[in-house]
Amino acid sequence: SSNEHKLNFKKSKEACLSYIQDALLQKQWERAAEFLTCYVESLEKDYSREHIGPSEMIWRIGTEILWHHSHSSMKEFNCFMEQMKTLGVKRYLKVCLEHVFHLLCNGQIDEAYQNLSLAESWRFGEQTAIQDKEMKLIQAYRGLLDYCSWSKQKNILLEHGEDVFSDLAVEQEMHGYFRKAAVNLKEIIKIPGVWDVFVKCYVDLLEFYGDHNEARQVLNEYAYNSKFPANPNAHVYLYQFLKRQGESKKSLISALKILHDIVPSHELMIDFNTMLQKSKKRKKRRLGLEVIFAALDYAGWKENAKAWSCLARQVKQIVISEKHLDWIKQEWNSRKDWWPAFHFSRYLAKRNWQEDKSLSYEKALVAGILLGKGCKYFKHVSHQGCKAQLKRFRMLKKFVNRHNPVYLRISG
Amino acid sequence: RDFNERCAQCSEVNWGLTDGGRFYCRSCHNVTERTREVVNTDFITNSRVQTISKGSRKQEKNDGGCEWYICEGFQLVLKKQAEALEALGVCPQMKDEVLCNFWRCFLQKSKQAYCQRPAAETVKALSVCESSTDVDSDPERPSLLHLLSLSESEGDLQTDCSFASSVSKVSESTSVYSGSIDGSLYLMKNQKEKLRMTMPMTLSFCYMALLWLREPITLSELLRFVVEGHIPYLNVFQHFPEKMKLCGLDLKIFCVESWPVYEEVFNKMHELAAFLDLPRFPDITDSCFLHPDMLCMKYLMEANLPDELHNWTCRVVKKIGIGEVDFLTLMPGNKSTRKVKYDVLAAAVIVVVLKLLFLLDDHYEWSLSEFAEERNKINTEGGPYFEFKKWYEVVKHSLDVKQKKLDEERAKYLWRCEKPLFYSVKKKSKVLKRRQTVVNLQNQFGKLSGSVRRAEKPNPSSFQLSWSEENTDGSCFHGHSLKGILQEKCGLLTTMNPDYWLCTVKLCNEKLCGHLAHYREVEFPQSYHFVLGLFSFLLRIQPSYIHDEVCMIEHKLFSKKLCKKLKYNAVLRK
Repeated sequence: SSNEHKLNFKKSKEACLSYIQDALLQKQWERAAEFLTCYVESLEKDYSREHIGPSEMIWRIGTEILWHHSHSSMKEFNCFMEQMKTLGVKRYLKVCLEHVFHLLCNGQIDEAYQNLSLAESWRFGEQTAIQDKEMKLIQAYRGLLDYCSWSKQKNILLEHGEDVFSDLAVEQEMHGYFRKAAVNLKEIIKIPGVWDVFVKCYVDLLEFYGDHNEARQVLNEYAYNSKFPANPNAHVYLYQFLKRQGESKKSLISALKILHDIVPSHELMIDFNTMLQKSKKRKKRRLGLEVIFAALDYAGWKENAKAWSCLARQVKQIVISEKHLDWIKQEWNSRKDWWPAFHFSRYLAKRNWQEDKSLSYEKALVAGILLGKGCKYFKHVSHQGCKAQLKRFRMLKKFVNRHNPVYLRISG
Repeated sequence: RDFNERCAQCSEVNWGLTDGGRFYCRSCHNVTERTREVVNTDFITNSRVQTISKGSRKQEKNDGGCEWYICEGFQLVLKKQAEALEALGVCPQMKDEVLCNFWRCFLQKSKQAYCQRPAAETVKALSVCESSTDVDSDPERPSLLHLLSLSESEGDLQTDCSFASSVSKVSESTSVYSGSIDGSLYLMKNQKEKLRMTMPMTLSFCYMALLWLREPITLSELLRFVVEGHIPYLNVFQHFPEKMKLCGLDLKIFCVESWPVYEEVFNKMHELAAFLDLPRFPDITDSCFLHPDMLCMKYLMEANLPDELHNWTCRVVKKIGIGEVDFLTLMPGNKSTRKVKYDVLAAAVIVVVLKLLFLLDDHYEWSLSEFAEERNKINTEGGPYFEFKKWYEVVKHSLDVKQKKLDEERAKYLWRCEKPLFYSVKKKSKVLKRRQTVVNLQNQFGKLSGSVRRAEKPNPSSFQLSWSEENTDGSCFHGHSLKGILQEKCGLLTTMNPDYWLCTVKLCNEKLCGHLAHYREVEFPQSYHFVLGLFSFLLRIQPSYIHDEVCMIEHKLFSKKLCKKLKYNAVLRK
């Protein structure tokens, strides 16, 4: 039975909060509202010592309930948010920002913009300086919305084509949005953080107006400045930009190098390997092998025929040249204990053959080299392939048979 | 402020205002004849202003309030509580005679605490209480040089107000912000007097009066009625008249934010009885409601146990002498006897009886139950035999439902009321604004609560669980027979169960560690826990208190055997 015979305000409200929490987790919005109604009087008590005070609790819980409750309207939601803004001046900008997010989720872009503008003009003594970060975010999001408007205008222009006169106003407007957006976006990406959306938009603007130097600088900063948190997307954006600019393979490769380190399973690894394989430098080719093996360590790549074909091509090329077999040996060393069960089981052999013949072809080649002609995967697939009288499988069988000693050297 | 003349006495220019609106010099306290033309309410309610002790008590303050003492506030509280009890059926004597007299006696005995006036002034008789039909004579004149003496903080009143300074002189007082006259003095630490009036103590007064009149309300019931809202306690200051302004330190005294605890109210009551030098209370005889025989009957019914068990409770009561008048009747000031908690005692007796009959070792009671079940299947004539298992299932189910409901009610409890509270007038507007926000939010989310309405206050009821014999589903066990577990020996009816296990072999010293025994959940059988839990719910107290009484009863019951055993042990050791 309950030990709570001694009941006081604080314990009663703690219990109330746990009931609210349960209701929220079970998506029982009415019940959550019922208990929240009882909780709100906590506002009248001093909780200055607590980590999270009742006003913040009420803001967060109330937002959840109003957002999901079937009888709640956007009007009520907005009214509630306005009340929350007045409750905690230290949180004012945060509440504004979250309110804007909700408006955006609801498709109310204009209202969101209005709220952002309003929040931007807020001043409150020393709080303004303290909440500087939130202010920057607000400006950044307003910049983002300006970018959206710019984009819209741009599309209108592109559609209209040749009609110069009517487009002048549109063009002016477009440039206006550009200026507003650029100013704010530039500011936020100076601060270390994860700003994918802002960076992308800003770069888009810069590229459109031909400022490629600035764009390159921004992307380099974003990817290489150690103050910024490690972010795979930064490298992806840089790579894509360099590609658009027609940069040399060398610079493209260096852009992807770090991405491989951070996210070996990234989808760009195929492009990366392709570039590396073709390189004249030995080191690069070696890296290429490493990259493709690493990618295939991940379950998401198991049935990616393109990846397997990259690996197969490189392995085949090494085997034929009889040079650098030690590369394969090195890569295989840490994988020989688990790759057979992971990729080359008999079950997978059957399934791959049934579902995707190209996949099974590439895999069989790799399996045949790494595990020898006696391995179940190779045997099954090549047998099936020869039975089906597919020429390439016959060729495959011959190839593996011919190079079987290689397997012995690799595995030994 | 705009008065720039030099003071006649000390030549300083440092003026303040008395309540009478006259200027006085802050340096030497010389009061002038000059008065301020326009009295500014803001100025008077400025907490930093020092005021000289007021003159006549009747003087109206400018904000529409009057002067009032803390004890007047308590008197109002007691009046309200007595009225509520009367509405519940308690005889009117309680309010008009018993409680009133107790209160006056208390004021007399503790009067020195409220002396802050120079010798010339006396403390007037309390006339605010309209209910008193016979106004007593004035309390004795307080002695001049008595220092202000107030009781020590009980711990429930937090005196973290930084501006409560200690007053050493009687002639001058720094009145810190409170609506009442003596709010600040009230809260200061005190060496001499031990009993300072608190909100929980109002319930001690009530209980004392009820006990004096031997009314059929136990302390646990009283406290339950308080929690259920039938007796004013929380936010009772709402009922103070408009002109009694409550603010500042008054809040620390009158605003409670926790429910009264049984032990606290109980202990205070006994302290109070001793303090008031009361004589022996009216006898508790076997025809009184508070007598264990009567209370056992009630609790047996409420616990859905067979009526036949009552014979057994009476036997136990008789055997250990807890039904004796001298044992049950309160003799204030007698420190040697253990104070009787009538309700807990009765519950404990039932627990002991259950242990006697069913052993409650998590095995025996179930096998007895199977036996009864078999018999009930075969023989449907005559009354059914009591089956422990069935009883357990029925009661546990109801208990769980009620407990869950109670837990939710506790979480939904609303502590604040419409009347705003503020520590200082500066905060008034902020407080009011907050209150408005709270009300708005309550409305907004209240609408979203769906069809769930806030439960109406339950009607006051003596029984929390009720079972009806008319139910055909057999969920009422009152009429069930104990035949299956009893046998006849030498003409006497005795239990089939030959064994008994003691909760504890040795009792602790209650004065040292607060308990007679220590109830730790791990060590006892589940059935025992269940039974304790049942009565813990009914009485709204911790199971450990019932456990203490059970141990006490067992030790009385088996004292001879225990003595023998201890002697035996002693012999062995030699």
